[in-house]
Amino acid sequence: MSDNPQNKVKIEARDVQVFYGEAQALHGIDLDLNANEVTALIGPSGCGKSTFLRCINRMNDVIDGCRVAGTITIDGQDVYSPEIDVVELRARVGMVFQKPNPFPKSIYDNVAYGPRIHGLAQSREQLDHIVESSLKRAGLWAEVRDRLSASGTSLSGGQQQRLCIARAIAVSPDVVLMDEPCSALDPIATAVIEELMEELRKDYTIVIVTHSMQQAARISQRTAYFHLGNVVEHGATQQIFTNPKNQQTEAYISGKIG
Amino acid sequence: MEDQHIVTAFDRDLAELNRMIAQLGGMAEQQLATATRLLDARDPAPIDALIAKDKELDALEFLLNERAIEMIAIRSPMATDLRRIIAAVKIASVLERIGDYAKNIAKRSRVIIASETNRSDSISLTRMASLVQQMLNQVLDAYATSDAESAIDVWDRDQEVDQLHTSMYRDLLQMISAQSEVAEVSSHLLFIAKNIERIGDHTTSIAEQVYFLVHGSLPSDDRPKADDSSGTNLGSQKKR
Ligand SMILES: Nc1ncnc2c1ncn2[C@@H]1O[C@H](COP(=O)(O)OP(=O)(O)OP(=O)(O)O)[C@@H](O)[C@H]1O
Ligand SMILES: [Mg+2]
Repeated sequence: MSDNPQNKVKIEARDVQVFYGEAQALHGIDLDLNANEVTALIGPSGCGKSTFLRCINRMNDVIDGCRVAGTITIDGQDVYSPEIDVVELRARVGMVFQKPNPFPKSIYDNVAYGPRIHGLAQSREQLDHIVESSLKRAGLWAEVRDRLSASGTSLSGGQQQRLCIARAIAVSPDVVLMDEPCSALDPIATAVIEELMEELRKDYTIVIVTHSMQQAARISQRTAYFHLGNVVEHGATQQIFTNPKNQQTEAYISGKIG
Repeated sequence: MEDQHIVTAFDRDLAELNRMIAQLGGMAEQQLATATRLLDARDPAPIDALIAKDKELDALEFLLNERAIEMIAIRSPMATDLRRIIAAVKIASVLERIGDYAKNIAKRSRVIIASETNRSDSISLTRMASLVQQMLNQVLDAYATSDAESAIDVWDRDQEVDQLHTSMYRDLLQMISAQSEVAEVSSHLLFIAKNIERIGDHTTSIAEQVYFLVHGSLPSDDRPKADDSSGTNLGSQKKR
Protein backbone atom coordinates (compact mmCIF):
# COMPACT_ATOMS: atom_id res chain seq x y z
CA MET A 1 0.00 0.00 0.00
CA SER A 2 2.72 2.44 -0.89
CA ASP A 3 1.78 6.02 -1.52
CA ASN A 4 3.25 7.73 -4.45
CA PRO A 5 4.92 11.03 -3.61
CA GLN A 6 4.29 12.14 -7.17
CA ASN A 7 0.52 12.04 -6.72
CA LYS A 8 -0.56 15.59 -7.13
CA VAL A 9 -2.85 17.56 -4.94
CA LYS A 10 -6.43 17.36 -6.14
CA ILE A 11 -8.32 19.06 -3.35
CA GLU A 12 -6.86 21.86 -1.31
CA ALA A 13 -8.60 23.09 1.83
CA ARG A 14 -7.37 26.26 3.50
CA ASP A 15 -8.57 27.62 6.81
CA VAL A 16 -11.98 26.02 6.38
CA GLN A 17 -14.34 27.07 9.14
CA VAL A 18 -17.91 25.91 9.44
CA PHE A 19 -20.61 27.32 11.69
CA TYR A 20 -24.02 25.87 12.42
CA GLY A 21 -25.73 29.03 13.60
CA GLU A 22 -23.57 30.24 16.49
CA ALA A 23 -21.79 26.94 17.01
CA GLN A 24 -18.49 26.49 15.25
CA ALA A 25 -17.96 22.91 14.01
CA LEU A 26 -14.68 23.33 12.09
CA HIS A 27 -11.92 25.63 13.32
CA GLY A 28 -9.76 26.29 10.28
CA ILE A 29 -8.96 23.08 8.46
CA ASP A 30 -5.88 22.98 6.20
CA LEU A 31 -5.74 19.76 4.26
CA ASP A 32 -4.35 18.63 0.90
CA LEU A 33 -5.98 15.60 -0.64
CA ASN A 34 -4.06 13.85 -3.39
CA ALA A 35 -5.39 12.47 -6.64
CA ASN A 36 -5.29 8.69 -7.03
CA GLU A 37 -5.27 8.16 -3.32
CA VAL A 38 -7.74 7.16 -0.69
CA THR A 39 -7.66 9.57 2.23
CA ALA A 40 -9.29 8.37 5.41
CA LEU A 41 -10.80 10.86 7.83
CA ILE A 42 -10.92 9.46 11.33
CA GLY A 43 -11.80 10.86 14.72
CA PRO A 44 -14.34 10.69 17.52
CA SER A 45 -18.03 11.20 16.92
CA GLY A 46 -18.94 14.84 16.47
CA CYS A 47 -15.42 16.02 15.60
CA GLY A 48 -16.53 17.35 12.21
CA LYS A 49 -15.64 14.65 9.67
CA SER A 50 -19.02 14.65 7.94
CA THR A 51 -19.11 18.42 8.08
CA PHE A 52 -15.76 18.63 6.31
CA LEU A 53 -16.80 16.06 3.72
CA ARG A 54 -19.95 18.05 2.95
CA CYS A 55 -17.86 21.18 2.37
CA ILE A 56 -16.13 19.56 -0.57
CA ASN A 57 -19.27 19.22 -2.69
CA ARG A 58 -21.18 22.03 -1.00
CA MET A 59 -23.74 19.77 0.60
CA ASN A 60 -23.66 22.18 3.55
CA ASP A 61 -25.38 24.77 1.31
CA VAL A 62 -28.67 22.98 1.83
CA ILE A 63 -28.38 22.96 5.64
CA ASP A 64 -30.22 25.85 7.27
CA GLY A 65 -27.98 28.19 9.24
CA CYS A 66 -24.79 26.55 8.05
CA ARG A 67 -22.00 28.93 7.05
CA VAL A 68 -18.69 27.99 5.46
CA ALA A 69 -15.59 30.21 5.45
CA GLY A 70 -12.13 29.63 4.01
CA THR A 71 -11.35 28.13 0.63
CA ILE A 72 -11.60 24.74 -0.99
CA THR A 73 -10.26 24.19 -4.46
CA ILE A 74 -10.51 21.19 -6.73
CA ASP A 75 -7.89 21.19 -9.48
CA GLY A 76 -7.17 24.77 -8.47
CA GLN A 77 -10.76 25.86 -8.99
CA ASP A 78 -12.55 27.46 -6.05
CA VAL A 79 -15.56 25.31 -5.21
CA TYR A 80 -17.34 28.25 -3.58
CA SER A 81 -16.84 30.73 -6.44
CA PRO A 82 -20.08 32.12 -7.95
CA GLU A 83 -19.25 30.64 -11.36
CA ILE A 84 -19.51 27.11 -10.05
CA ASP A 85 -22.58 25.17 -11.17
CA VAL A 86 -23.45 23.24 -8.04
CA VAL A 87 -25.30 20.49 -9.89
CA GLU A 88 -22.27 19.90 -12.06
CA LEU A 89 -20.01 20.04 -9.03
CA ARG A 90 -21.99 17.28 -7.35
CA ALA A 91 -21.73 15.13 -10.46
CA ARG A 92 -17.94 15.58 -10.37
CA VAL A 93 -17.85 15.04 -6.66
CA GLY A 94 -20.04 12.06 -5.85
CA MET A 95 -21.09 11.30 -2.34
CA VAL A 96 -22.17 8.26 -0.39
CA PHE A 97 -23.82 9.17 2.87
CA GLN A 98 -23.67 7.75 6.34
CA LYS A 99 -27.27 6.53 6.04
CA PRO A 100 -28.35 4.96 2.75
CA ASN A 101 -30.79 7.24 0.95
CA PRO A 102 -32.09 5.56 -2.21
CA PHE A 103 -34.68 7.48 -4.22
CA PRO A 104 -38.18 6.03 -3.93
CA LYS A 105 -37.79 4.67 -7.44
CA SER A 106 -36.84 1.37 -9.02
CA ILE A 107 -33.37 -0.04 -8.51
CA TYR A 108 -32.67 0.57 -12.17
CA ASP A 109 -33.80 4.20 -12.05
CA ASN A 110 -31.77 4.90 -8.93
CA VAL A 111 -28.61 4.12 -10.87
CA ALA A 112 -29.80 5.47 -14.22
CA TYR A 113 -30.91 8.82 -12.78
CA GLY A 114 -27.51 10.55 -12.82
CA PRO A 115 -26.36 9.32 -16.25
CA ARG A 116 -29.77 10.41 -17.64
CA ILE A 117 -29.72 13.97 -16.33
CA HIS A 118 -26.08 14.41 -17.33
CA GLY A 119 -26.66 12.88 -20.75
CA LEU A 120 -24.04 10.19 -20.35
CA ALA A 121 -25.88 7.55 -22.38
CA GLN A 122 -26.82 7.85 -26.05
CA SER A 123 -29.03 4.78 -26.13
CA ARG A 124 -31.00 2.42 -23.96
CA GLU A 125 -28.26 -0.19 -24.43
CA GLN A 126 -25.64 2.24 -23.18
CA LEU A 127 -27.75 3.12 -20.19
CA ASP A 128 -28.33 -0.59 -19.46
CA HIS A 129 -24.63 -1.08 -19.65
CA ILE A 130 -23.86 1.76 -17.21
CA VAL A 131 -26.46 0.45 -14.77
CA GLU A 132 -25.17 -3.10 -14.96
CA SER A 133 -21.50 -2.21 -14.63
CA SER A 134 -22.14 0.22 -11.78
CA LEU A 135 -24.14 -2.38 -9.88
CA LYS A 136 -21.41 -4.93 -10.54
CA ARG A 137 -18.67 -2.66 -9.25
CA ALA A 138 -20.69 -1.96 -6.15
CA GLY A 139 -21.07 -5.70 -5.61
CA LEU A 140 -24.86 -5.69 -5.86
CA TRP A 141 -25.55 -7.01 -9.34
CA ALA A 142 -25.93 -10.68 -8.49
CA GLU A 143 -28.52 -9.91 -5.84
CA VAL A 144 -30.71 -7.56 -7.91
CA ARG A 145 -30.31 -8.55 -11.56
CA ASP A 146 -33.72 -10.28 -11.52
CA ARG A 147 -35.56 -7.47 -9.76
CA LEU A 148 -34.27 -4.26 -11.30
CA SER A 149 -37.75 -2.77 -11.37
CA ALA A 150 -38.35 -3.35 -7.67
CA SER A 151 -38.18 -0.26 -5.48
CA GLY A 152 -34.75 0.73 -4.17
CA THR A 153 -36.28 1.15 -0.73
CA SER A 154 -37.34 -2.53 -0.71
CA LEU A 155 -33.70 -3.57 -0.35
CA SER A 156 -32.02 -4.37 2.93
CA GLY A 157 -29.93 -1.64 4.58
CA GLY A 158 -26.65 -3.04 3.33
CA GLN A 159 -28.05 -3.51 -0.16
CA GLN A 160 -29.37 0.05 -0.15
CA GLN A 161 -25.91 1.32 0.72
CA ARG A 162 -24.39 -0.56 -2.19
CA LEU A 163 -27.15 0.82 -4.42
CA CYS A 164 -26.14 4.33 -3.34
CA ILE A 165 -22.53 3.53 -4.15
CA ALA A 166 -23.58 2.28 -7.60
CA ARG A 167 -25.56 5.49 -8.04
CA ALA A 168 -22.58 7.64 -7.08
CA ILE A 169 -20.15 5.96 -9.44
CA ALA A 170 -22.61 5.71 -12.36
CA VAL A 171 -21.80 9.31 -13.38
CA SER A 172 -18.02 8.64 -13.37
CA PRO A 173 -17.16 11.32 -10.85
CA ASP A 174 -13.66 12.73 -10.33
CA VAL A 175 -13.91 12.60 -6.60
CA VAL A 176 -15.88 10.18 -4.46
CA LEU A 177 -16.73 11.16 -0.90
CA MET A 178 -17.85 8.32 1.32
CA ASP A 179 -19.23 8.83 4.79
CA GLU A 180 -18.98 5.54 6.68
CA PRO A 181 -20.08 3.60 3.60
CA CYS A 182 -19.63 0.21 5.21
CA SER A 183 -21.15 0.75 8.63
CA ALA A 184 -24.25 -1.26 7.65
CA LEU A 185 -22.49 -3.86 5.52
CA ASP A 186 -21.52 -7.45 6.25
CA PRO A 187 -17.84 -8.46 5.91
CA ILE A 188 -18.27 -9.74 2.36
CA ALA A 189 -19.99 -6.60 1.11
CA THR A 190 -17.40 -4.55 3.01
CA ALA A 191 -14.60 -6.39 1.24
CA VAL A 192 -16.31 -5.75 -2.11
CA ILE A 193 -16.49 -2.01 -1.37
CA GLU A 194 -12.89 -1.92 -0.19
CA GLU A 195 -11.81 -3.66 -3.37
CA LEU A 196 -13.87 -1.17 -5.35
CA MET A 197 -12.13 1.76 -3.64
CA GLU A 198 -8.74 0.34 -4.48
CA GLU A 199 -9.85 0.07 -8.11
CA LEU A 200 -11.49 3.50 -8.19
CA ARG A 201 -8.44 5.30 -6.92
CA LYS A 202 -6.60 4.52 -10.14
CA ASP A 203 -8.78 7.17 -11.74
CA TYR A 204 -10.34 9.08 -8.89
CA THR A 205 -9.70 10.83 -5.64
CA ILE A 206 -11.40 9.16 -2.73
CA VAL A 207 -12.14 10.54 0.69
CA ILE A 208 -13.69 8.21 3.19
CA VAL A 209 -14.88 8.72 6.73
CA THR A 210 -14.66 5.56 8.75
CA HIS A 211 -14.90 4.53 12.36
CA SER A 212 -13.05 1.29 11.68
CA MET A 213 -9.36 1.82 12.29
CA GLN A 214 -8.64 -1.45 10.55
CA GLN A 215 -10.56 -0.30 7.51
CA ALA A 216 -8.74 3.03 7.43
CA ALA A 217 -5.43 1.22 7.73
CA ARG A 218 -6.35 -1.28 5.01
CA ILE A 219 -7.69 0.99 2.32
CA SER A 220 -6.17 4.43 2.62
CA GLN A 221 -2.82 5.87 1.65
CA ARG A 222 -3.22 8.92 3.83
CA THR A 223 -5.07 9.49 7.05
CA ALA A 224 -6.22 12.66 8.75
CA TYR A 225 -7.14 12.59 12.42
CA PHE A 226 -9.87 15.07 13.37
CA HIS A 227 -10.42 16.17 16.93
CA LEU A 228 -12.92 18.82 18.10
CA GLY A 229 -13.09 20.48 14.70
CA ASN A 230 -9.33 20.51 14.04
CA VAL A 231 -6.98 18.30 12.07
CA VAL A 232 -4.56 17.11 14.72
CA GLU A 233 -2.41 14.90 12.53
CA HIS A 234 -2.29 14.16 8.81
CA GLY A 235 0.18 11.83 7.17
CA ALA A 236 0.90 8.55 5.46
CA THR A 237 -1.51 5.92 6.76
CA GLN A 238 1.30 3.50 7.42
CA GLN A 239 2.96 6.03 9.72
CA ILE A 240 -0.23 7.11 11.47
CA PHE A 241 -1.13 3.57 12.43
CA THR A 242 2.30 2.32 13.40
CA ASN A 243 3.95 5.38 14.85
CA PRO A 244 1.69 8.40 15.23
CA LYS A 245 3.46 11.59 16.27
CA ASN A 246 0.60 13.04 18.22
CA GLN A 247 -0.41 11.71 21.61
CA GLN A 248 -4.12 12.29 20.94
CA THR A 249 -3.90 10.32 17.70
CA GLU A 250 -2.15 7.48 19.48
CA ALA A 251 -4.77 7.40 22.22
CA TYR A 252 -7.63 7.42 19.73
CA ILE A 253 -6.39 4.74 17.35
CA SER A 254 -5.37 2.40 20.11
CA GLY A 255 -8.56 2.87 22.11
CA LYS A 256 -6.99 4.53 25.10
CA ILE A 257 -8.41 7.00 27.55
CA GLY A 258 -6.80 10.16 26.15
CA MET B 1 2.09 1.52 32.51
CA GLU B 2 1.11 4.16 29.94
CA ASP B 3 -2.40 5.36 29.18
CA GLN B 4 -5.16 2.98 30.03
CA HIS B 5 -7.25 1.31 27.39
CA ILE B 6 -10.98 1.76 27.42
CA VAL B 7 -11.24 -2.00 27.05
CA THR B 8 -9.59 -3.00 30.32
CA ALA B 9 -9.12 -6.61 29.25
CA PHE B 10 -6.62 -5.31 26.70
CA ASP B 11 -4.53 -3.80 29.51
CA ARG B 12 -4.67 -7.12 31.33
CA ASP B 13 -3.49 -8.93 28.19
CA LEU B 14 -0.56 -6.54 27.71
CA ALA B 15 0.37 -6.83 31.38
CA GLU B 16 0.28 -10.60 31.03
CA LEU B 17 2.62 -10.39 28.04
CA ASN B 18 5.05 -8.24 30.05
CA ARG B 19 4.86 -10.67 32.93
CA MET B 20 5.73 -13.55 30.59
CA ILE B 21 8.73 -11.65 29.21
CA ALA B 22 9.89 -10.93 32.75
CA GLN B 23 9.57 -14.60 33.64
CA LEU B 24 11.31 -15.78 30.48
CA GLY B 25 14.04 -13.19 31.02
CA GLY B 26 14.53 -14.30 34.59
CA MET B 27 14.82 -17.91 33.47
CA ALA B 28 17.36 -17.05 30.76
CA GLU B 29 19.40 -15.03 33.24
CA GLN B 30 19.36 -17.88 35.71
CA GLN B 31 20.39 -20.47 33.11
CA LEU B 32 23.30 -18.31 32.02
CA ALA B 33 24.38 -17.68 35.61
CA THR B 34 24.22 -21.38 36.44
CA ALA B 35 26.19 -22.34 33.33
CA THR B 36 28.98 -19.87 33.96
CA ARG B 37 29.11 -20.65 37.67
CA LEU B 38 29.38 -24.41 37.17
CA LEU B 39 32.14 -23.96 34.63
CA ASP B 40 33.96 -21.62 36.93
CA ALA B 41 33.68 -24.05 39.85
CA ARG B 42 34.29 -27.10 37.65
CA ASP B 43 31.20 -28.58 39.26
CA PRO B 44 29.14 -30.85 36.95
CA ALA B 45 26.28 -31.35 39.45
CA PRO B 46 23.83 -28.70 38.09
CA ILE B 47 24.27 -29.69 34.42
CA ASP B 48 21.42 -32.19 34.07
CA ALA B 49 18.91 -29.91 35.79
CA LEU B 50 20.02 -27.02 33.62
CA ILE B 51 19.50 -29.03 30.44
CA ALA B 52 16.08 -30.16 31.62
CA LYS B 53 15.09 -26.62 32.51
CA ASP B 54 15.71 -25.44 28.97
CA LYS B 55 12.46 -27.15 27.97
CA GLU B 56 10.59 -24.78 30.27
CA LEU B 57 11.98 -21.79 28.40
CA ASP B 58 10.92 -23.32 25.10
CA ALA B 59 7.44 -23.96 26.43
CA LEU B 60 7.07 -20.45 27.81
CA GLU B 61 8.22 -18.89 24.56
CA PHE B 62 5.68 -20.98 22.70
CA LEU B 63 2.94 -19.88 25.09
CA LEU B 64 3.90 -16.25 24.69
CA ASN B 65 3.71 -16.55 20.91
CA GLU B 66 0.25 -18.05 21.17
CA ARG B 67 -0.95 -15.26 23.43
CA ALA B 68 0.52 -12.65 21.10
CA ILE B 69 -1.19 -14.14 18.04
CA GLU B 70 -4.45 -14.26 19.96
CA MET B 71 -4.10 -10.61 20.96
CA ILE B 72 -3.38 -9.53 17.41
CA ALA B 73 -6.40 -11.44 16.14
CA ILE B 74 -8.81 -10.30 18.84
CA ARG B 75 -7.70 -6.77 19.66
CA SER B 76 -6.31 -5.54 16.33
CA PRO B 77 -3.63 -3.54 18.13
CA MET B 78 -2.36 -0.27 16.69
CA ALA B 79 0.65 1.99 17.14
CA THR B 80 2.56 1.42 20.41
CA ASP B 81 0.38 -1.55 21.32
CA LEU B 82 1.26 -3.26 18.07
CA ARG B 83 4.94 -2.48 18.49
CA ARG B 84 4.86 -3.78 22.05
CA ILE B 85 3.41 -7.11 20.97
CA ILE B 86 5.81 -7.53 18.06
CA ALA B 87 8.74 -6.55 20.29
CA ALA B 88 7.63 -9.07 22.92
CA VAL B 89 7.53 -11.86 20.35
CA LYS B 90 11.00 -11.00 19.08
CA ILE B 91 12.49 -10.60 22.55
CA ALA B 92 10.99 -13.91 23.63
CA SER B 93 12.64 -15.67 20.73
CA VAL B 94 15.98 -14.07 21.64
CA LEU B 95 15.62 -15.13 25.27
CA GLU B 96 14.88 -18.66 24.15
CA ARG B 97 18.08 -18.59 22.07
CA ILE B 98 20.07 -17.31 25.04
CA GLY B 99 18.74 -20.30 26.95
CA ASP B 100 20.05 -22.57 24.18
CA TYR B 101 23.49 -21.01 24.44
CA ALA B 102 23.52 -21.50 28.21
CA LYS B 103 22.60 -25.15 27.65
CA ASN B 104 25.40 -25.50 25.15
CA ILE B 105 27.88 -23.95 27.58
CA ALA B 106 26.81 -26.50 30.20
CA LYS B 107 27.24 -29.42 27.80
CA ARG B 108 30.71 -28.30 26.80
CA SER B 109 31.59 -27.70 30.43
CA ARG B 110 30.83 -31.33 31.13
CA VAL B 111 33.50 -32.39 28.61
CA ILE B 112 35.96 -29.86 29.95
CA ILE B 113 35.46 -30.94 33.55
CA ALA B 114 35.79 -34.63 32.63
CA SER B 115 38.92 -34.31 30.53
CA GLU B 116 40.85 -31.63 32.35
CA THR B 117 43.90 -32.92 34.20
CA ASN B 118 44.94 -29.53 35.39
CA ARG B 119 42.79 -26.41 35.04
CA SER B 120 43.24 -24.15 32.09
CA ASP B 121 41.79 -21.09 33.78
CA SER B 122 40.63 -18.23 31.78
CA ILE B 123 40.09 -14.94 33.54
CA SER B 124 38.61 -13.27 30.46
CA LEU B 125 35.91 -15.91 30.16
CA THR B 126 34.62 -15.11 33.63
CA ARG B 127 34.88 -11.41 32.91
CA MET B 128 33.00 -11.78 29.61
CA ALA B 129 30.28 -13.86 31.20
CA SER B 130 29.68 -11.44 34.03
CA LEU B 131 29.59 -8.50 31.61
CA VAL B 132 27.00 -10.23 29.47
CA GLN B 133 24.95 -11.10 32.53
CA GLN B 134 24.92 -7.47 33.61
CA MET B 135 23.89 -6.41 30.11
CA LEU B 136 21.08 -8.93 30.02
CA ASN B 137 19.87 -7.82 33.41
CA GLN B 138 19.91 -4.16 32.41
CA VAL B 139 18.19 -4.70 29.08
CA LEU B 140 15.35 -6.62 30.74
CA ASP B 141 14.89 -3.72 33.14
CA ALA B 142 14.98 -1.33 30.19
CA TYR B 143 12.22 -3.35 28.58
CA ALA B 144 10.10 -3.40 31.71
CA THR B 145 10.37 0.38 32.11
CA SER B 146 10.39 1.26 28.37
CA ASP B 147 13.74 2.99 28.88
CA ALA B 148 15.30 3.44 25.44
CA GLU B 149 18.33 5.28 26.80
CA SER B 150 19.28 2.48 29.11
CA ALA B 151 18.77 0.05 26.22
CA ILE B 152 21.19 2.02 24.08
CA ASP B 153 23.71 1.93 26.90
CA VAL B 154 23.53 -1.87 26.85
CA TRP B 155 23.94 -1.78 23.12
CA ASP B 156 27.15 0.25 23.47
CA ARG B 157 28.59 -2.00 26.14
CA ASP B 158 28.63 -4.98 23.82
CA GLN B 159 31.81 -3.54 22.32
CA GLU B 160 33.75 -4.57 25.38
CA VAL B 161 32.40 -8.11 25.13
CA ASP B 162 33.51 -8.27 21.53
CA GLN B 163 37.00 -7.04 22.43
CA LEU B 164 37.34 -9.59 25.18
CA HIS B 165 36.20 -12.30 22.83
CA THR B 166 38.76 -11.33 20.22
CA SER B 167 41.63 -11.39 22.67
CA MET B 168 40.49 -14.67 24.20
CA TYR B 169 40.23 -16.17 20.78
CA ARG B 170 43.85 -15.26 20.07
CA ASP B 171 45.05 -16.62 23.39
CA LEU B 172 43.26 -19.92 22.96
CA LEU B 173 44.48 -20.37 19.41
CA GLN B 174 48.02 -19.85 20.59
CA MET B 175 47.51 -22.29 23.41
CA ILE B 176 46.20 -24.93 21.01
CA SER B 177 49.13 -24.57 18.64
CA ALA B 178 51.66 -24.57 21.49
CA GLN B 179 50.34 -27.58 23.40
CA SER B 180 48.29 -29.92 21.28
CA GLU B 181 47.31 -32.01 24.35
CA VAL B 182 45.00 -29.20 25.52
CA ALA B 183 43.42 -28.85 22.09
CA GLU B 184 40.14 -30.49 23.04
CA VAL B 185 39.54 -28.47 26.19
CA SER B 186 40.72 -25.28 24.53
CA SER B 187 38.45 -25.66 21.57
CA HIS B 188 35.49 -26.17 23.89
CA LEU B 189 36.52 -23.02 25.72
CA LEU B 190 36.72 -21.34 22.34
CA PHE B 191 33.13 -22.30 21.60
CA ILE B 192 31.99 -21.25 25.03
CA ALA B 193 33.57 -17.86 24.49
CA LYS B 194 31.78 -17.69 21.18
CA ASN B 195 28.49 -18.60 22.85
CA ILE B 196 28.91 -15.83 25.37
CA GLU B 197 29.80 -13.40 22.63
CA ARG B 198 26.63 -14.44 20.78
CA ILE B 199 24.57 -13.89 23.91
CA GLY B 200 26.00 -10.37 23.98
CA ASP B 201 24.84 -9.85 20.40
CA HIS B 202 21.40 -11.19 21.21
CA THR B 203 21.23 -8.88 24.18
CA THR B 204 21.90 -5.92 21.91
CA SER B 205 19.07 -7.08 19.69
CA ILE B 206 16.77 -6.93 22.72
CA ALA B 207 18.09 -3.41 23.24
CA GLU B 208 17.10 -2.60 19.67
CA GLN B 209 13.60 -3.91 20.27
CA VAL B 210 13.24 -1.76 23.37
CA TYR B 211 14.34 1.25 21.35
CA PHE B 212 11.89 0.31 18.59
CA LEU B 213 9.12 -0.07 21.11
CA VAL B 214 9.68 3.41 22.47
CA HIS B 215 10.54 5.32 19.30
CA GLY B 216 8.97 3.32 16.49
CA SER B 217 12.26 3.08 14.63
CA LEU B 218 15.51 1.22 15.10
CA PRO B 219 18.61 2.99 16.44
CA SER B 220 20.19 4.61 13.39
CA ASP B 221 23.96 4.24 13.71
CA ASP B 222 25.56 0.87 13.28
CA ARG B 223 27.02 -0.44 16.47
CA PRO B 224 30.82 -0.11 16.26
CA LYS B 225 32.16 -3.58 15.58
CA ALA B 226 34.99 -4.49 17.94
CA ASP B 227 35.04 -8.22 17.39
CA ASP B 228 37.56 -8.99 14.66
CA SER B 229 38.29 -12.58 15.64
CA SER B 230 36.96 -13.60 12.22
CA GLY B 231 40.05 -11.96 10.73
CA THR B 232 42.40 -13.80 13.08
CA ASN B 233 44.44 -16.76 11.88
CA LEU B 234 47.39 -18.64 13.23
CA GLY B 235 49.67 -17.50 10.43
CA SER B 236 49.28 -13.87 11.33
CA GLN B 237 49.65 -14.75 14.99
CA LYS B 238 52.99 -16.34 14.43
CA LYS B 239 54.38 -13.52 12.36
CA ARG B 240 53.98 -11.11 15.23
N1 LIG C 1 -27.13 19.95 10.57
C1 LIG C 1 -26.52 20.32 11.69
N2 LIG C 1 -27.03 21.31 12.45
C2 LIG C 1 -26.41 21.71 13.58
N3 LIG C 1 -25.26 21.18 14.03
C3 LIG C 1 -24.71 20.20 13.32
C4 LIG C 1 -25.29 19.71 12.12
N4 LIG C 1 -24.52 18.75 11.63
C5 LIG C 1 -23.49 18.62 12.49
N5 LIG C 1 -23.60 19.48 13.50
C6 LIG C 1 -22.65 19.62 14.62
O1 LIG C 1 -21.35 19.79 14.12
C7 LIG C 1 -20.39 19.03 14.83
C8 LIG C 1 -19.69 18.07 13.89
O2 LIG C 1 -20.63 17.13 13.41
P1 LIG C 1 -20.30 16.09 12.28
O3 LIG C 1 -21.57 15.45 11.87
O4 LIG C 1 -19.51 16.74 11.23
O5 LIG C 1 -19.37 15.08 13.10
P2 LIG C 1 -18.77 13.67 12.65
O6 LIG C 1 -17.30 13.75 12.91
O7 LIG C 1 -19.19 13.32 11.29
O8 LIG C 1 -19.42 12.67 13.72
P3 LIG C 1 -19.90 11.14 13.52
O9 LIG C 1 -18.67 10.34 13.57
O10 LIG C 1 -20.76 10.91 14.74
O11 LIG C 1 -20.65 11.03 12.24
C9 LIG C 1 -21.17 18.32 15.93
O12 LIG C 1 -21.03 19.05 17.11
C10 LIG C 1 -22.60 18.37 15.44
O13 LIG C 1 -23.49 18.43 16.51
MG1 LIG D 1 -20.44 11.80 10.50
